[in-house]
Order: sequence, then structure tokens, then C-alpha cells
Amino acid sequence: MGSIVVDVMLKPEILDPQGQAVGGALPRLGFNGFTDVRQGKRFVLTVDGDVTDEHLAAAREAAETLLSNPVIEDVVSVHVLDESAADETPADEADAPAEDADGEPDDAEDGEQ
Amino acid sequence: MRIGVVTFPGSLDDRDAARAVRECGGEAVPLWHGDADLKGVDAVILPGGFSYGDYLRCGAIARFAPVMDALVPAARGGLPVLGICNGFQVLTESHLLPGALIRNDHRKFNCVDQRLVVENTSTDWTSDFEAGQEITIVLKNGEGGFVADEKTLDTLEGEGRVVFRYVPDAQGRNPNGSYRHIAGITNERGNVVGLMPHPEHAVEEGYGPSLDGRGFFTSIIKQTLESAATA
Repeated sequence: MGSIVVDVMLKPEILDPQGQAVGGALPRLGFNGFTDVRQGKRFVLTVDGDVTDEHLAAAREAAETLLSNPVIEDVVSVHVLDESAADETPADEADAPAEDADGEPDDAEDGEQ
Repeated sequence: MRIGVVTFPGSLDDRDAARAVRECGGEAVPLWHGDADLKGVDAVILPGGFSYGDYLRCGAIARFAPVMDALVPAARGGLPVLGICNGFQVLTESHLLPGALIRNDHRKFNCVDQRLVVENTSTDWTSDFEAGQEITIVLKNGEGGFVADEKTLDTLEGEGRVVFRYVPDAQGRNPNGSYRHIAGITNERGNVVGLMPHPEHAVEEGYGPSLDGRGFFTSIIKQTLESAATA
């Protein structure tokens, strides 16, 4: 079972009020070194078996049609999730809760349809 | 005169929109997001609310609902469509209207009686207004900031496709950070109109800030009756 990661960010010229809110909270916690925060979205698309070129091509198409709005957002990355790397590095483990949060709306969407 | 009102999962103002249609003399026809069937209506309203929970992006999932498979080509062919609030977001996600709606610049949810100037009275939905007329209707949104690149904004203004503009406050600010104070726009043909404020909440004495919303519904009803008479 393989997974593909799609990362989407607001275009640099589009105002990011959520990022600003996060940016405003950081100094209150003593994190003073960050001059700007931009908040994006990460999608993890899981497939049966290993990820093929067809899966990747479909993921890129989904990224451009549904997962992002090209008027305001850029697809910054579509790549195969490297599970072994995720197990080894603490930085990637920190990504895991964000992936779970992304999964939630998708589940609800299926329920509604 | 039959005006369809689409209900998506999470639509909020579909019943108010249908009521406004009836109050102004039209017949409201409920349309269902899961049916690719417009039931032969003369016009369609995409109502306000939080379709599909506003997950992903506002209007992004609704845009791919079966009813939109019928609506998008019909709108391109000239069927009058009005998108209110979430409906406006659905229209931009469908690329029936340019630009996008993002979170309000001040990050708070708006709920105010909002003054607007009607700039374009040649659309199917605004012919009962006078150019430059100021109207007051309800504005309630969290993600109502209209954005587009400079070229698109220039095109919209150059072609007279800015239909409504917010009257800015004393500090020169509009309620959600919309570029160039844009509250509503139309497509080239003038049959598709989207706006963030809610005309359906201003059609009845005793409810809402005015009766200014009636003009939207009386415009389309007259428009459709006239085109039926000449057809």
C-alpha cells in the first residue's frame, strides 16, 4: 500500500489570514524568530499496492482540478510518500497528525454524498 | 416563471431564496444536488450556506455535484444563474465567474446590514435597479474576500462586469477585504451573477434591513416573461 503526497500553498501574492493568525500567536509563546507564516494544505492519497506512474499522473490531475484552485493556489509538490523516511526522522513524524486531520473532511464528504 | 433553487448538503438559505422567489411572484422549484436535472426551470439560484461543510475550499466540492454537470453547460448557454454567498463561491470554483473568495482579511465572521452600489443594471438579475443606486442588504460570511489578479480585475472593471461594490467605511475599508471593494460580478453575457451579500433576506416588510432584495427577483421574473413573449 503506497501513498502520494500533494502539497498545496496559497500563491505568494494572496493574503493568508490564517497564516497571519498563527504568526501572531507565535511570539506570545516565546517564538520570536519567525517573520512570516504561510499555511498550506497536505493531502495523502493512498493506493493499493505500489505507487505507479499512472497513479502519480492521476494525482497530478486531481491536484490541479479538485485539490487546488489555480486562481489562488499553487500545487507545490506531488510525490510518493517515503514510509521508511517517515519512521526515521522526527520531523516527518510531526506531519502525521496533519495527515489525519486532512482525512477527516474526506470521510465526511463521502458520507454526505 | 419557474426559478430553481439548488440544495446542497450544508445549504442554509435555500428555503429563504425559494420564499423570496414566491414573495416576488415567481414559482420556486427545489433542485437537488444529487440530480443532474434542472427540471426545465427558467433560471437557477445557488443559495448561501456551507455546502459540504466548506471543506477543502468553499464551494469546491459542490462544484462537482451532479446538478452542476447540468448547470454549468446551461449557464454557458445563457440560462440565468444567481449565486448568493456560498453560491458565488460555487460559481467561481466552477469557473463560470472569474476570481476567488478567500477568508475575510480581519478573520472575523461578518453579519451586518451592508450598503452596496449597483453599478451594472443590464444583467438578467439587476435590470430593475437604477445605475448608481445604493441598496442595503444583509452580508454574512467568513470567507467573502474577493480576489483576482490585476489583469482580471482590470477586465472586470473595463467591461462593466462589476455589478455591486461595497460602500467603504470612513477608513476606506470594505467588510471583508475584497479587492477594489467588489461585492458582486457577472460573466460576459450578463446571465450569471454572483455576490456575497444576501438579497433573499431583504424582501419582506418586518424582516431584514430593507426591501432592496426584491429587485433581484423582480428583475429575473420580468426578464424571463419578456424573453418568453418574444420567443
